[in-house]
Amino acid sequence: MATEATGGGLEFHPMDQFVVSPLFGAGEVHWYTPTNVTLWLALTALASIALLVLGTRGRAIVPNRAQSMAEMAYGLVHKMIEDIAGKDGLQYFPYVLTLFMFVVFANLLGLIPMAFTVTSHIAVTGVLALAVFFGVTIIGFVKNGAHFLDLFWVRSAPLAVRPILAVIEVISYFVRPLSLSIRLAGNMIAGHAVIKVFAGFAAIAAVAPVAIIAVVGMYAFEVLVAFVQAYVFTILTCVYLKDALHPSH
Amino acid sequence: MFSLLQEAATTAVETTEGVAVVVDETHAAGAHVPTPGVELVGHAEEAAGLPQLDIATFGNQIFWLVVTLVVLYLVLSRVALPRIAAVLSDRQGAVTGDLMAAEEFKHKAREAEAAYDKALADARHEAQAIVAQNRAEIQAQLDAAIAKADAEIAARTAESETRIREIRASAETDARQVARDVTAELVTAFGGRTDDAAVGAAVDGRMKGALQ
Repeated sequence: MATEATGGGLEFHPMDQFVVSPLFGAGEVHWYTPTNVTLWLALTALASIALLVLGTRGRAIVPNRAQSMAEMAYGLVHKMIEDIAGKDGLQYFPYVLTLFMFVVFANLLGLIPMAFTVTSHIAVTGVLALAVFFGVTIIGFVKNGAHFLDLFWVRSAPLAVRPILAVIEVISYFVRPLSLSIRLAGNMIAGHAVIKVFAGFAAIAAVAPVAIIAVVGMYAFEVLVAFVQAYVFTILTCVYLKDALHPSH
Repeated sequence: MFSLLQEAATTAVETTEGVAVVVDETHAAGAHVPTPGVELVGHAEEAAGLPQLDIATFGNQIFWLVVTLVVLYLVLSRVALPRIAAVLSDRQGAVTGDLMAAEEFKHKAREAEAAYDKALADARHEAQAIVAQNRAEIQAQLDAAIAKADAEIAARTAESETRIREIRASAETDARQVARDVTAELVTAFGGRTDDAAVGAAVDGRMKGALQ
């Protein structure tokens, strides 16, 4: 109702797809209420498990398609951690793979028509990003002790500019969870809302073909974005992990 | 797009406030706002502003997200990852084993080839030896036959020469006898007396050099 324009048969509800509502009946959303968020979170987890557990059920030397994809996802994240964070980053591989599988499947499942995109919610991406932020900070201090603070003290720079750089480094460090979460949620919100707006224009016969072609184009683009954002989220996690494990520049 | 959202948000806030004034407290968090005068066309829920900023649903989302992540993490780390790692290492092992087997087979093939080459060379060598031996035997037989033939020829030649010599000798004797006889007859015919010794010496003296 907020953004809808009822005149001329045009109706835009680009934000309705993001509304959190209880699955059973109506009413208040308590913290334990099973909602559409719960449903799509569960579907995301089930899809990840289906690919990685059911897909590899055969344990074949020569893999079938599902096993091939599961191994590709495994190999992608494994190589990413090894290349960026080094061998000692591999002990956090299960968590990073969990993040990657969760984000990529949440993004892709959100593209199913009538679906709910959990990664479009700042509460969800914020928790993911904060988990990465706190996890990486704790790992940094546990592994390096006070030397972790070397991350903010750029020894390769001249002494005079080091304090300034330290301030910048600290700010950029604390902006990380914000940028991580808003990048992912923002991409999801924007893409889905744009598709909805184009779909709304399809109600006008004159521009319907253009609108439908635009929706198809946007959809293809969004599939790409779904992968790219999951990849970016994971690769940034690896970069932060590298900073935690090897804080000196 | 952003300006549209902003406008939407402000409109939503205004609307919500308006509704709140008019309709009283029928809604808890602004997520479900029945607005009089505007028909709901197949929409169970209507977005009031940006649903992402509706803090009332955050607890719910965070709770279920944490549950999902924990479940996913446990399943992946306990079941999926060990299995995939095992499959990958099995494959690595199989590939390495196959490569080693292939290397071994290659080695064997090379050995077999070497053995074949050696056998071939041996056979060729043997064949050459046999050929040489046969040739030597034939040569020996040939030489023997030639020697035998030569000896026979020599024998025949010698025999023939002996006979020729005999013939020649007998011919000489005959000729001398005839010459003596003819000389003796001639001398007798001319009324001379024949002295055998003188006739013989004269004939020998004439014939010397003629019959050689």
